[in-house]
Amino acid sequence: MSEGSEEYSAVQKFYDNIWLLLGIGIVLPTVLFTVWGLYEVYTLPYLPIVK
Amino acid sequence: MAIHEPQGNWWQPLSKDEKIWFILALVWMLVSFLYMPIQHFIGVQNPPSESYRVSAEDFEALIEAQEEKYTVGEENGFPVVRPNPDEPVYLKASMWEWTPVLELEKDKTYKIHLSSVDLVHGFSIQPINLNLMVIPGIDYVVNLKPTSSGDFRILCNEFCGLGHHTMVGKINVI
Amino acid sequence: MSFEKRTCEISGLEIEKNSESMIKLNMATAIIFFAIGGAAGLLVLLTRWPAIHLLPVEWYYRWLTAHGLLALLVWIIFFEVALVHFGSVTLLKSRLAVPILSKITYGLMLGGTLLVVVMVLGGQADVLFTSYVPLQAHPLYYLGIILFAVGSLIAFIHFFINAVVAKKEGEYKRTLPMVSFGIMAASIIGIMSIAHGAAIYIPTFLWSLGIIETIDPSAYRLVWWGLGHTSQQINVCMMVACWYGIAAFLFKAKPASEKLCRSAFVLYILFINVASEHHLLVDPVFSTWHKIVNTSYVMHLAVLASMIHAFAVPASIEMGLRKQGYNNGLFEWLKKAPWGNPAFSATFISIVLFGFLGGTTGVIFGTEQFSIIRHNTWAITGHFHGTVVAGTTIAFMGMAYFLIPVFFKRDLIMPGVAKLQPFVYGTGITILSITMMAAGTFGVPRRHWDYNFSDAPFGYQFDSTVDIFMGLVGIGGLIAVVGGAMFVFVTLGSIFKGNKRA
Ligand code: HEM
Ligand SMILES: [Cu+2]
Ligand SMILES: [Cu+2]
Repeated sequence: MSEGSEEYSAVQKFYDNIWLLLGIGIVLPTVLFTVWGLYEVYTLPYLPIVK
Repeated sequence: MAIHEPQGNWWQPLSKDEKIWFILALVWMLVSFLYMPIQHFIGVQNPPSESYRVSAEDFEALIEAQEEKYTVGEENGFPVVRPNPDEPVYLKASMWEWTPVLELEKDKTYKIHLSSVDLVHGFSIQPINLNLMVIPGIDYVVNLKPTSSGDFRILCNEFCGLGHHTMVGKINVI
Repeated sequence: MSFEKRTCEISGLEIEKNSESMIKLNMATAIIFFAIGGAAGLLVLLTRWPAIHLLPVEWYYRWLTAHGLLALLVWIIFFEVALVHFGSVTLLKSRLAVPILSKITYGLMLGGTLLVVVMVLGGQADVLFTSYVPLQAHPLYYLGIILFAVGSLIAFIHFFINAVVAKKEGEYKRTLPMVSFGIMAASIIGIMSIAHGAAIYIPTFLWSLGIIETIDPSAYRLVWWGLGHTSQQINVCMMVACWYGIAAFLFKAKPASEKLCRSAFVLYILFINVASEHHLLVDPVFSTWHKIVNTSYVMHLAVLASMIHAFAVPASIEMGLRKQGYNNGLFEWLKKAPWGNPAFSATFISIVLFGFLGGTTGVIFGTEQFSIIRHNTWAITGHFHGTVVAGTTIAFMGMAYFLIPVFFKRDLIMPGVAKLQPFVYGTGITILSITMMAAGTFGVPRRHWDYNFSDAPFGYQFDSTVDIFMGLVGIGGLIAVVGGAMFVFVTLGSIFKGNKRA
């Protein structure tokens, strides 16, 4: 088969796009783990103290 | 070969044994994936999820107030406190002590507030081997219901300096 | 493109000059630090062995810090930098895009390592390798870590530069070979990991200088594990790439299905990093949903990926051996496999031990319910000696046996010792790992100088079976130290004294 005459599936194109993988690979865990976690750290309420 | 570029379109259907394996793996994954959340809602052995910020000064004050009110004795230089099960109980981690010694009643549920006034420590009750992190500036609220009486120890299992190995506290269940 | 290269007669690989010298340098450096890290492991081991209790308390923590850093960080990452060069230059039949970057990487990593070692053994950083704030080390300790991290960050970015150059110059058309793809996945995870490292170590460095007032301890733990756990995923990914590589080199094996195996690496890229959460399962502050989504939900997609690799690699080895004619019955291929070749036996042992020892226990301890009865006990130390030692380290040993003749053009010395080495090391680590987990089940803490608590206000005695496990950890550890020393002698001996090939 000659170059270009072949159809590639979208997934194959996605897997071959190392820059896209790099981008998603950084953004996804950073949002899901780090940003969400830091949000919880900095919004934790103060202990209600009953005097 | 895994060291050469595959040619052309490699997005091809799986062979039969690959399919079988994939489905087995998927099923196993779904089981273990559902296990933890399901256990979280129906099980009893879950890390608590209630916590607050608290300053070291405020926490020390709560510890002192509790000691004034509920101290019933002394053991190896530590006050022994028998708290009221209807009130919050405070337990302080510091280098390298757990204060006070708590005297708890069997089958009563206590709300224990854990905090550290200096470094990160590790709260580890033995011999039941229950482990939680204690973070300075954070109050971790643990619902604890002793189901057997006797002496328990609290070890520290997060490195907290050179005296780390001497940091052992005590809980008496009566 | 024309550039200076030679064709290796063992592997048929085309080896480009600039990358060759960097691969050799990084590999040799890795092995030297493996030796020092192993010696530190021995000292720690002999201290925790109650019959010996070797080191005084402060030196126990110092050597433990050194062992964690040298073995986990320095040995592993120097070796990975060699693999980054191998995957993005040698396998793509290309050239090193920016040779000066590789030199900067090496300089920063070596300089950082030396600074860290001097600080730790000089008693200026009694903080263990996690350095949870507000424990504080000397500023130069943090600086050393930052230098090391920046160096390795440059190496992981260099992978992408090399790949772009190789594609532009027509060395590959659209798809990276599977092994390079795995190393690419590891590099993505590496960049993600070290970004977290920068986000936490730079503020901590400024805090140690007094420029920043405080660092929130919970935020530190969150972001630190974004570095610490994520870097374990670099190791998993690199290890799997080595499995595919050895299978291909020794058996001309094809990955069972490009689609399946690549999907498994993509699952790693997308989902494995959030598993950092399993270090925080018994922490306050983080909500149940943060814990459930990050560990239970997303992590298991990565577990699925590991299951796929665990099928695909042995399957491709089987296919390769069957093609060589070992086709009788179900298992002739396995019996006839080249068990005398340490590159093969190490790879095989790594696959089996990672699967049964490290992987399964990781999935189990990574649930809230198990974390609460295992966290910070010795069971955890047992678990990760099953992953990063039995899995990654042994896979890298196999790769070293293969790569040393290729790159140094020397034969392995002491082939009889080399043949036995993976078995000795694997046996030792297996005993060490299982018995550490057994002791942890009884609550024996990790990172603890005296599990008899003789100086504590309240004494505590563990169940008496614990003493047996503590002794067995010692014995397993000693066997592992012997196996580790065999590896160091064979590899360093071959690098410097092996028979030269033409
Ligand atoms: C010669 C083989 C080895 C032996 C005998 C050994 C032994 C030990 C021992 C006894 C501990 C102490 C645990 C404690 O006191 O809590 C330990 C911790 C550790 N080891 Fe190893 N080890 C070996 C190889 C390795 C390798 C190759 C790696 C990494 C690739 C590694 C990574 C670690 C880490 C990260 C820790 C934890 C340090 C900490 O808790 O701060 N070990 N090892
Ligand atoms: Cu402590
Ligand atoms: Cu401690």
